Amino acid sequence: MRDDRQIKILIGLGIAAAILLGKIFYIQVINGKYKADSISNSIVKEVIYPTRGVIYDRNGKIIVGNKVAYDIMVTPREVTAFDTLTLASVLDVDPQLIRDKMAEYRSNIKKIGFQSVAMLKQIPAETYMKFDEVKYQFPGFYGQVRSIRDYPINAGGNLLGYVSEVDAAYIKSHPEEYSIGDYVGKTGIEAAREKDLRGEKGYHIYIRNARGRIESSYKDGAEDKEASPGHDIMTTIDADLQRYGQQLMRNKLGAVVALEPSTGEILAIVSSPGIDVSMLADIGKHYEEISSNPYKPMFNRAVQAYYPPGSCFKIVNALIGLQEGVLTPSETHPCHYGYQFADDRKLGCHGHKSPIDMEESIMMSCNAYYCYVLRNILDNKKYASIDEAMDSWHKYVESFGFGKKLGSDFPSELSGSIPSAKTYNKFYGKGRWNSTTVISLSIGQGEIAVTPLHLANFCATVANRGWYKIPHLVKEFEDIEIDPKYYEKHYTMVDTTQFPKVIKGMWRAVNSAPGTGGTAWIAQVDGLDICGKTGTAQNPHGDDNSVFMCFAPMDDPKIAVAAYIEGGGFGAAYAAPIASLMVEKYLNGEIPWGPRKDLEARMKTSYLLNRVRIRRR
Amino acid sequence: MKGNAHERSLKQSVDWALIVSYLILVLIGWLSIYASIHSSEPPSIFNFDFRSGKQFVWILSALGLAGVIIFLVNPRLWEAFAPHLYILVAILLVAVIFLGKEVNGSKSWFEFGPVSFQPAEVSKITTSLFLASMLSRTDFSVTRFKDFLKVAAIIAIPMLVILGEKETGSALVYLGFIFVLYREGLTGWLLSIIGLVIILFITTLTASPYVSIMILIAVVTFCNAINEKHFWKMLLFLGIFLLAGSLFPWLWGLLTDHIAASVQKISDTYTVTLPGQEKKVFWAFLLKIKPIYFLIAICLGVLPRFAIKAFKEKNVFGGASVITFLVGLALIFSTEFIFNDVLKEHQRQRIEVLLGMKDDPTGVGYNVKQSMIAIGSGGFFGKGFLKGTQTAYGFIPEQSTDFIFCTIGEEWGFIGCLAVIGLYVFMIARIIIDAEECREKFTRIYGYCVAACIFMHLFINIGMTIGIMPVIGIPLPLLSYGGSSLWAFTVLIFIFIALYREEKKYY
Repeated sequence: MRDDRQIKILIGLGIAAAILLGKIFYIQVINGKYKADSISNSIVKEVIYPTRGVIYDRNGKIIVGNKVAYDIMVTPREVTAFDTLTLASVLDVDPQLIRDKMAEYRSNIKKIGFQSVAMLKQIPAETYMKFDEVKYQFPGFYGQVRSIRDYPINAGGNLLGYVSEVDAAYIKSHPEEYSIGDYVGKTGIEAAREKDLRGEKGYHIYIRNARGRIESSYKDGAEDKEASPGHDIMTTIDADLQRYGQQLMRNKLGAVVALEPSTGEILAIVSSPGIDVSMLADIGKHYEEISSNPYKPMFNRAVQAYYPPGSCFKIVNALIGLQEGVLTPSETHPCHYGYQFADDRKLGCHGHKSPIDMEESIMMSCNAYYCYVLRNILDNKKYASIDEAMDSWHKYVESFGFGKKLGSDFPSELSGSIPSAKTYNKFYGKGRWNSTTVISLSIGQGEIAVTPLHLANFCATVANRGWYKIPHLVKEFEDIEIDPKYYEKHYTMVDTTQFPKVIKGMWRAVNSAPGTGGTAWIAQVDGLDICGKTGTAQNPHGDDNSVFMCFAPMDDPKIAVAAYIEGGGFGAAYAAPIASLMVEKYLNGEIPWGPRKDLEARMKTSYLLNRVRIRRR
Repeated sequence: MKGNAHERSLKQSVDWALIVSYLILVLIGWLSIYASIHSSEPPSIFNFDFRSGKQFVWILSALGLAGVIIFLVNPRLWEAFAPHLYILVAILLVAVIFLGKEVNGSKSWFEFGPVSFQPAEVSKITTSLFLASMLSRTDFSVTRFKDFLKVAAIIAIPMLVILGEKETGSALVYLGFIFVLYREGLTGWLLSIIGLVIILFITTLTASPYVSIMILIAVVTFCNAINEKHFWKMLLFLGIFLLAGSLFPWLWGLLTDHIAASVQKISDTYTVTLPGQEKKVFWAFLLKIKPIYFLIAICLGVLPRFAIKAFKEKNVFGGASVITFLVGLALIFSTEFIFNDVLKEHQRQRIEVLLGMKDDPTGVGYNVKQSMIAIGSGGFFGKGFLKGTQTAYGFIPEQSTDFIFCTIGEEWGFIGCLAVIGLYVFMIARIIIDAEECREKFTRIYGYCVAACIFMHLFINIGMTIGIMPVIGIPLPLLSYGGSSLWAFTVLIFIFIALYREEKKYY
């Protein structure tokens, strides 16, 4: 029995040793967590932040640069008793803020150890200079240089986007790339080109002891890395034109987009109301103000707003009709204040001469004419059914870039929507609709939604006589390469030979003498040969939307502009003046004294915000 | 010196394997103390300004002490003076409470100029001696209740006084003497019950009350099953219960994680993320329910049935099981109460960390976390001698005393840990085997006491550095820095070596 117990005790000893060794084996060999922890424990990386890349306009003007600001850092363990009031007045803050912060650090002193924490962020250089003079009175406090964004020209706003400190959610979704304290582009170009602009962080590696005090440089700095600055970006934006567009759009809801037709380069892209660049640099401070603005300045109307294109869309239908062979330029249709498509239903039109041919229909923007055109397209005998005809029309329209994301390098671009047979089958039931049901499509109303960017791209397509390059914002510059897709021509399904026919109508819309029926004579600028098309789109939220698209000069288009002003009334009321002023400014550089200058002044000062009821999104 | 005859007998009679393992452990300890010195420029290992230099002195003097015990003291005297020494040390133990110096919230050190001395360390020796002398009396039997009370008192008196000194760790060591009593014929039930209590206590601390209750149910059911006709059926039931019981918290965790995930922030449709809004989720209330609630509900539902059955069938064992179970439950749930009222603030904090009640990396959980990081970072082969970053840069508190094992784990890896624990196990087993060879009952029992003391220190100390025991300050025998501890274990072991030699010399 004794021997038996001796054996049992020895077995017990063996089991106990096995338990210890088992746990040791687990933490040393199986679970890698402890090894990783030991590295973060004793090695400290001091991050060196790179300067962000500069953003230039197409002419080399800096639109976003960097300037120096200072963070006021505190090493709580080194702080001695100090005069809170003096420090507060020097730093231009409430003394209570400093007291609160110091109390917070004291309660977390164990966690902070000998590390430094940022007490105030991004104070301007002037304030820092004052602090620098009296710094010696405040041991434990020092300033750390930090580069922040600077906007020498007030051009951009939404387009440029803002940079702010990464939040926890963002770090979680990009664990390898970002950590606390990093800045990241949140919207606009800053976000789209984040990878180029941000540069690469560098670091010094130190070994620290358990109290957080730096002991030495790790491997004598052999593994340290210098920060490499971000790449500069050259945009396609013309800063002057952009700023001019913003001035014209002040106090109006809507967007203006200007493209260079031959390249697809975006010359200006204005969404109004937008965010002023002065707010961008310190977005945190203005965030509340911006997000509570009922007109949603963060909402980029140029690429995100769904608008009916209105009469501008007549050009699309004309081109499809021509291509399909159901319309010839000489074809005339009568119009007596509209188009009677059922006994009791009429699509109205304004008063103009009758009958008219195709060019005149564009020039005068006749609604009835396009009812005939659309019905001829949809009731074409070559299609077995209305469904087939409708889908064919849908394909044509899509080939102009409508109804899909164009694929620009601007983030958050939306696709708009163009109806197909499916849309109406769902809506009315198969076989329960016909060409008269969808008659609004003829004049760009109904189930069509496009963004101003789509419209500008369409205008550029017409200017190019049948092709477009995807609109984009960034140019090839230094070591920045752009996607080769931006160099590809996208042809529409309409032959290039058809385009000059409609362009003639667009030229006449602008360049006919006042009183002859041209809808856009107000956009006329001598010598520029502007071709344009007005639109007056119904707006369920208030006054009609004023729409205008144009390009110039007719024979060698340098610029295509689409302007969309919510509640602006007739296309000729606001959109046409604004778009034509943009063209004139871009091509001539100056607006001459006289009626054009007066028009400019009127556009800059008019206030249209009250024309639209505020929507709750 | 007594001449050639004596030397020959020394060679033959001394257990050299024990002495060699003792020397190796002391050497490892000395090197590890040197390795854990936090300094950018390592001093000489003999530099008396540092702990390695001081330890060198302690080691030399300990070896001197060992020589004295082997050569100069008549081993017979130990048995003769065991009661006197026991009483003398007991007086010192009480005296230190009034006269001692306070260290880390416990008053257990006498200070004489530069030398400190802890009576609790010596008490292990005197208790072992007195226990051996008491148990080896011819008319004495642990199985007799009166005699059992006597030995229980011998163990309990120093243990309680040391608890009074707030040295919980040292007090816990005395529980190891139960192994000795077991060897000397104490019923296995007492050992089992004490074992169960300790396991429940520890699992409640290190794992969770859930695990403790599972263990309690398993043990009680199993003990019951042995007496039952349906043994295999009950075993099957137990197996299913344990499987389901261990899977349940995991499944529950998955479910609640899923719910927690759906109670998350939703972002604005714009490119900007606006301040998030909490989405209301109906099932969110489930997040507040813990798996243990289910377990308790099941227990309370089933228990009355067993109690009534046992009562009707007049099944004493069944009744005892029900009572054991209830007592066990009470123990598990009273642990918190015990912490709040029995343990000292710093001990309670350490235990709270082990319970996961506080998870502050720089707070009280710091010790265990850093210690586990240091050991874990060693990997299989270790970082190499003097290459450890965790120990050398002072992340480990008390790295040369209670947490000396971290240095070994970090610098020598799993291989080193295996070697050190292997050496201890060899030493303990060797003492037990030697003891069993002895015809003198006193020597045998004393040998077991030595083995028990070393074992308890080993298990508690290493267990604490790897997070399976609460952090209660107790040195690693022979390795930890400090004269008191080294001397005490040297004397403890060499008295046994001398006694064993005496056996070999005369029988």
